[in-house]
Amino acid sequence: MTKMLSEFTVGESGKIIKVFGEGRVRRRLLDMGVTPGASFILRKKAPLGDPVEITVRGYELTLRKSEAACVEVEVL
Amino acid sequence: MKTFALIGNPNCGKTTLFNALTGSTAHVGNWPGVTVDKREGVYKDGGKKIKIVDLPGIYSLSPYTPEELIARNFILSDEPDAIVNIVDATNLERNLYLTTQILEIDIPVIIALNMMDEVEKSGDKINLSKLEKQLGVPVVAISALKGSGLKQLMDRAESMQNKRVGTTILKGSMDEHLDKAVDFYRRENNSSPLFHAVKLLENDEIELEKSGAAEIVESFGNVDLEAAIADARYSYISENLAVAKSKENGQTLTKSDKIDKVLTHRIWAIPIFLLVLFAIFHLTFSENLLFLNGFGDSTAWMPSLVECGLAVEEDGETVYNNFGVEILAVFYDGTVYSPGVMLTNFLNLFLDHISSGVVTLMQNAGAAEWTVGLVGDGILGGIFAVLGFLPQILVLFLFFSILEDTGYMARIAFVLDRIFRRFGLSGRAFMPMIMGFGCSVPATVNTRTLADDKERTATIRVIPFFSCGAKLPILTAVAGGIVAAFGVGNADVITFGMYILGIAAAIVCVLLMRNTSLKGDTPPFIMELPTYRMPGFKNLMLHLWDKTKHFIKKAFTIIFASTVIIWLLSHLSWNWNYLSDEEMQNSILASLGMLLQPLFTPLGFGSQLGEFGWVFAVAVITGLVAKENVIATFTTLAICISAYAGSGTQDGVQELVGLIDVITQSSQVPQQQFIAALIAFIAFNMTTIPCFAACATAKSELQKGKFKWTLLFWLVASYVVGAAVYTVGSWWWTVFIWLAAVVAVSVVIVLKNKEKKK
Repeated sequence: MTKMLSEFTVGESGKIIKVFGEGRVRRRLLDMGVTPGASFILRKKAPLGDPVEITVRGYELTLRKSEAACVEVEVL
Repeated sequence: MKTFALIGNPNCGKTTLFNALTGSTAHVGNWPGVTVDKREGVYKDGGKKIKIVDLPGIYSLSPYTPEELIARNFILSDEPDAIVNIVDATNLERNLYLTTQILEIDIPVIIALNMMDEVEKSGDKINLSKLEKQLGVPVVAISALKGSGLKQLMDRAESMQNKRVGTTILKGSMDEHLDKAVDFYRRENNSSPLFHAVKLLENDEIELEKSGAAEIVESFGNVDLEAAIADARYSYISENLAVAKSKENGQTLTKSDKIDKVLTHRIWAIPIFLLVLFAIFHLTFSENLLFLNGFGDSTAWMPSLVECGLAVEEDGETVYNNFGVEILAVFYDGTVYSPGVMLTNFLNLFLDHISSGVVTLMQNAGAAEWTVGLVGDGILGGIFAVLGFLPQILVLFLFFSILEDTGYMARIAFVLDRIFRRFGLSGRAFMPMIMGFGCSVPATVNTRTLADDKERTATIRVIPFFSCGAKLPILTAVAGGIVAAFGVGNADVITFGMYILGIAAAIVCVLLMRNTSLKGDTPPFIMELPTYRMPGFKNLMLHLWDKTKHFIKKAFTIIFASTVIIWLLSHLSWNWNYLSDEEMQNSILASLGMLLQPLFTPLGFGSQLGEFGWVFAVAVITGLVAKENVIATFTTLAICISAYAGSGTQDGVQELVGLIDVITQSSQVPQQQFIAALIAFIAFNMTTIPCFAACATAKSELQKGKFKWTLLFWLVASYVVGAAVYTVGSWWWTVFIWLAAVVAVSVVIVLKNKEKKK
């Protein structure tokens, strides 16, 4: 099953399939290790529900839901 | 002398390594055109000397932030003799991503594998020789914090060959494309053709600008090489390089995770943050440490030094029995001070003695009265008034550096981003703003953590609206004066209301700028949350020393010049006669005040206040030097105008009451309008051009050419805020006119933006 990273709940993990979006946001996501094939776990959400924190490639990365909506993920 | 460049991810220990290598030779400047710190120093070992340039911490050589652009430009155009790439061994995968890009450049590279001790402590192993073989460049394990492995690193770096041809890990499917691009750059005689070629395949903005480059990319057709390359790098690392790490740490919670669970807790995160913030301000500014002297006046129980018989009051000034008591007064006088206040008192004690020593010396030598005044009050008084801020600025800096270095600052941004996005800012903008309540100077410097230029400019502009420590006396004195003179209202409520007004003005102005002159998408918030770490003491101290040098340099140049000018204007009459403080109403400054007085009429403290109303205009001018001067000016002028001769009070309320009485009698201004005018005066001072120190900082932190617009912005903003407060306070129904104006402006902006989108 696939869905967008922005639809994940805390504790769920997944494997990235495709990174959409364009320009700077996409470039940044790729540089920070959010690339197809990488697996991650959604660690937590900020107290106000957004942004979210994921563990990817052995470190903690935070991104907004609007940015997470560019990432298509296979649910593990 | 050879030049080595240090490059690596943020939080990988790069600055620590730089400090360890260069020691006292380090100096900090700015990269040309941008306000990113440029650190340079010299590494010495025996007779050898090597110049070390510390590049900003970056994740990639793609131009996403100014930092990444600087690092890339430096390496490609200045061509250092070698690149020392610091890699955080506890986070190999992401750190090596940058390494794979650096290796594509035709410059010798050495890898400094930092924090190996931490990796070994957690039971993992990294096979150095295997890593070295895979990467094809030397790898040396170091601990920047403990200083181990540094000599070995530098020896091996120095013995490297002078030439190296770039290598890439990209193989297979994109060979054909890559060859074509490399050929192109070879024909153009570019250095590091491989690096440029790979960047071109990534659709890099800078490479595409090169003539002929875009055609090459078009010839490939519609393929997504950008994602494929990033993917290939990471896959290569996890398949070939991460194997060097033999044991993978499982899902166990580290200490850092446990701390994080509390600090970003769903419910407790915000209360904890507020508590931390309160503690910082309390330790920096409070005159009642840990509330040892009770909460408020009614519960205060500690005796003052006068009550102890150790000092006496004379003409409103405290005279201490001996030097020992004077030292004691640095720490205690009726209440225990906070560390920040103690440092300030200590410095002021020292400066006062210098200043009075110089004055006595000059008087004994028979110097003219005006030269004594110029040197004592004008020059020394001016510089010392600015230097007097230094301790609290530094303490505030220290606390915020600790928050930054421990990794907590990134979490604060994480927690607060949601709120700030509404105004077109990111969570990172919060810290500089809140620091503004302490002092605008460190707050403005702290905006360097904001990646987006427009966001940064907007933030710097509204920082003065967060009323700083030096503006508090204006608030308390004027509010106190209103209550005492008219017997209406409550001083605390007025003070608190003014703080809220400042915040509201900041929000409105940010919204306005982000929709007009500083329009742009909300900057992305894709950010690493670094592992929590203990900050290094040496790094903190070096950081503070840099700030001190910077501030002192400013205090002795621009701020110095401007204070002397203001002093001269206020102590000279038009025919160049020296005037003592008590005769200030005859000075050039006073006539300038009278000239400017009508300008403030829409704000209530202009012509309608009659013949003595100019004191407000003068106070505004002297406030440009330092906001303390506003009340000091009132006190001085009140004494000469109202012939008020009671014992002076420290907070200036009595003098202000005298002034209010005189003005009410001479101008017959209605009470309600006068109160509104006084509140408008506070509001104006809170939102207008800040003190010289803050202006000088803003000028150096803003992009070129932005400062003059910023000055204009402050003038317009404060004028509008002041006028709104005055008119609404005097005639309540004008609130509808203001609301209508706000609606009209919003509608125009929204319509204009829509039109542009089409």
